[in-house]
Amino acid sequence: MSKINLYKFASPATFYGLAGQMIPGFAVLSAILFAIGLYISFFVAPTDAQQGEAYRIIFIHVPAAWMSMFIYVVMAVYAGVGLAFNTRLSAMMAQALAPTGALFAFIALFTGSFWGKPMWGTWWVWDARLTSQLILFFLYIGFISLQSAIDDPRRSDRAGALIALVGVINVPIIYFSVKWWNTLHQGASISLTKAPSMAHTMLAGMLIMAVACWTYTIAVALFRVRLIILERERHATWVSELLEDAK
Amino acid sequence: MKPRHKKLAFIAAGVAGIAVIVALVMNAFRSNLVFFFTPSQVIAKEAPVGRAFRIGGLVEKGSLKRENDGLTVHFVVTDTKHDMNVTYKGILPDLFKEGKGVVAQGRLDSNGQFVADEVLAKHDENYMPPEVASELKAAKASKTNL
Repeated sequence: MSKINLYKFASPATFYGLAGQMIPGFAVLSAILFAIGLYISFFVAPTDAQQGEAYRIIFIHVPAAWMSMFIYVVMAVYAGVGLAFNTRLSAMMAQALAPTGALFAFIALFTGSFWGKPMWGTWWVWDARLTSQLILFFLYIGFISLQSAIDDPRRSDRAGALIALVGVINVPIIYFSVKWWNTLHQGASISLTKAPSMAHTMLAGMLIMAVACWTYTIAVALFRVRLIILERERHATWVSELLEDAK
Repeated sequence: MKPRHKKLAFIAAGVAGIAVIVALVMNAFRSNLVFFFTPSQVIAKEAPVGRAFRIGGLVEKGSLKRENDGLTVHFVVTDTKHDMNVTYKGILPDLFKEGKGVVAQGRLDSNGQFVADEVLAKHDENYMPPEVASELKAAKASKTNL
């Protein structure tokens, strides 16, 4: 059995093809999971004793908030690897993930606001959880705008990586904000250290929605990275050969 | 300076800069983002004097009183150690209930009463269907009766 050469897949030309093969699978999986997840969220999961039907925002709010934090960490790792080892593909992956991360951060803030009004009595408060999540959204926006403001891809990658790496400190702050400070936002319902404090069907719906968001993110990021690869490698021979073939 | 040293100096300056930023942000969070004070903290004089602040805790059971105008309410916020009387004129959020969490913004008057101009409900992280909630309640009640 021969050893798989991992370095091969770090080459944009190889990864372009590999990503193309992976996209349909993840896209279909994501569509199926979203259908199941949304069905459980709205038709199967029971009403909440305290909040009635309005609690169902949780099925979008929490997965979106998780994804916004998780994608940021993955993006920072890619950016950091790109910065340290000068691997072109890692920087492209970081760039491809940022818009989806920003989207999830926005969804978390938006749905949270809609949830806050009926339950807490306010659209927005400057408590630690909400503020740090808003900072995360701004970090994504900052990363995207800085990267697109610099024309030279190598310099723009380096500048973006700096923002991504500095901003990583914000992720644990978001996560633990409800423990470290008095916040209006309640504590985590799900954590690694204790049993989840929600009914099983509710939990199942939320986890399926989270996995659906994952597969969606992978599909979209791969789609985007293919475009970035093409754009950046447009002078390479393999791209012109590809275009020849397409004709 | 050799290029290598220059690069090192850059990195060192960068790391120092990041450390300063983090320290400032953490400090700002600590002093400003204390979202609310508990009644114990207010009694221990940790809450700001002379300006508006928020108190948080549980609404004491049986303490909610409504005046005849239908809008002005009095209730007691407790952190189970200390209590604080709160007066509020306005509409209470749906989740406002005795025995549940609350955050009120306002200031202390001369009698040590907290006059709130905004009342927010703070709910917990437990989600369950109503049947389970009533069963839990019944189980708790039977335990205390024993």
